[in-house]
Amino acid sequence: MAIKLPVYMDYHATTPMDPRVLDAMLPYFTERFGNAASRSHRFGWEADEAVGVAREQVARLLNADRPEEIVFTSGATESDNLAIKGVAEFYRDRGNHIITTRIEHKAVLDTCKRLEKQGFEVTYLEVSKDGVVDPDDLRRAITDKTILASVMLANNEIGSVQPIAAIGAICKERGVLLHCDAVQGVGKVPFDVKAMGVDLASVTAHKMYGPKGVGALYVRRSKPRVRLTAQMDGGGHERGMRSGTLNVPSIVGFGRAAEIARLEGREESARVAKMRDRLRDKLFAELDDLFINGAWGDDARLPGNLNVSFAYVEGEGLMMAIKDVAVSSGSACTSASLEPSYVLRAVGVDEELAHTSIRFGLGRFNTDEEVDFVGDLVTQKVKKLRDLSPLYEMAKAGIDIKSIEWVAH
Amino acid sequence: MAYSEKVVEHAENPRNVGTLDAKDPNVGTGLVGAPACGDVMRLQIKVGDDGVIEDAKFKTFGCGSAIASSSLATEWLKGRTLDEAASIKNTDIVHELNLPPVKIHCSVLAEDAIKSAIDDFRAKQAARRASEG
Repeated sequence: MAIKLPVYMDYHATTPMDPRVLDAMLPYFTERFGNAASRSHRFGWEADEAVGVAREQVARLLNADRPEEIVFTSGATESDNLAIKGVAEFYRDRGNHIITTRIEHKAVLDTCKRLEKQGFEVTYLEVSKDGVVDPDDLRRAITDKTILASVMLANNEIGSVQPIAAIGAICKERGVLLHCDAVQGVGKVPFDVKAMGVDLASVTAHKMYGPKGVGALYVRRSKPRVRLTAQMDGGGHERGMRSGTLNVPSIVGFGRAAEIARLEGREESARVAKMRDRLRDKLFAELDDLFINGAWGDDARLPGNLNVSFAYVEGEGLMMAIKDVAVSSGSACTSASLEPSYVLRAVGVDEELAHTSIRFGLGRFNTDEEVDFVGDLVTQKVKKLRDLSPLYEMAKAGIDIKSIEWVAH
Repeated sequence: MAYSEKVVEHAENPRNVGTLDAKDPNVGTGLVGAPACGDVMRLQIKVGDDGVIEDAKFKTFGCGSAIASSSLATEWLKGRTLDEAASIKNTDIVHELNLPPVKIHCSVLAEDAIKSAIDDFRAKQAARRASEG
């Protein structure tokens, strides 16, 4: 089979929509266009019914008790904001302390930073070199002022999977609410709000082969019943937690995507992990001085994630050389700050190696042929760029690069 | 970020990649940047007895713009006198390669590498004269 270029291996950024999802959505743009909040006619009823089905589908993927625990939002950033700010505001009388980790997504970290400016105290837990939080660190961080912990299910850069069940048990024991940003992990690694004791969970459709611009926040309704202060005022949709006319076609698509993830996720994860391992094996067979960032192991890492540092080759330079492959890099050469990835820094990858990292994100529509193509191309270009790298030449001549007094610029 | 055609062309077909003998008294070496910042350039010149640069080589660890900036610099250096070489400005490189603002530091690094290589060559010559004198 001929490969279509460029090859997409950036599934952590977003995923293409599954054609089955698009099929489910299409009628809701045209003939079934009703407003789900219209109670007085068939158009509204149809839309409301469709939203109900989707709510059920998303609830089942998370193993929520009831569909009413799903609040539809515009995506995971909104879900994270609503969960953290909503809890902080509602439970302010009870305490002002929040616990999270250093490797959360910016939607969580920046939300916490804003709350700090408003008088909240936030503890940012360190992670191991595998990118995993130690539940005992979380236990030790809890004070009588702690109202919320926010820990992601799986990291978007290094794919490390957090021990959510253990964290959930501690939170339950200490009466602290647990929010989980489950965006990257849900449908790919085990996730179950009931079994894991999660009180709030953020998910988004476009990371699971659904449309962009729609997500959900799971909000537990019993044991304990979680209360939130709405962050958007208006018509009182979503039981008052999120006003705004529902994005019915996208919600329908999200539901279908969640259903596919629930039914096919396990099998798909095994297939994707196998391709990911094949890519790693190819690269490691051909190249020296490669370092995997994050944990390695079936349950420890997202099945589609391969984050590798190609020592002595700068990540952005490599991406340009492999422009037939869409990936991303922990090198921050494109950002104004020139600081490499904070996630890689948090897991102890030094700046020099962080600049050489590439994140391959594999998913549903990749093939073995693509993996072989990418493996060969990357190998060839890394060799070429190492021939161009003064650092590689110095390292091979036995010069310790760290012993040189570099002048930072 | 989209790269200019000239950056892509230099990055894909870099000119004058290589290493000159750093111990040669006619060779000046400039090594600038830092691995922790994601850019390291090594630029070398070989200067004839007439004070004209006969050869220039580079190796760069960095993004496509950094590679292109140093590749272009080596092209410009050959055949110039040291004073002419020292007059190359980073803005000349920015202009030639159409570098966007976020990549201007690549051109600054290339200018630094040129100056550093010239300084190294001049220091070597001065040391040689001192030991001969």
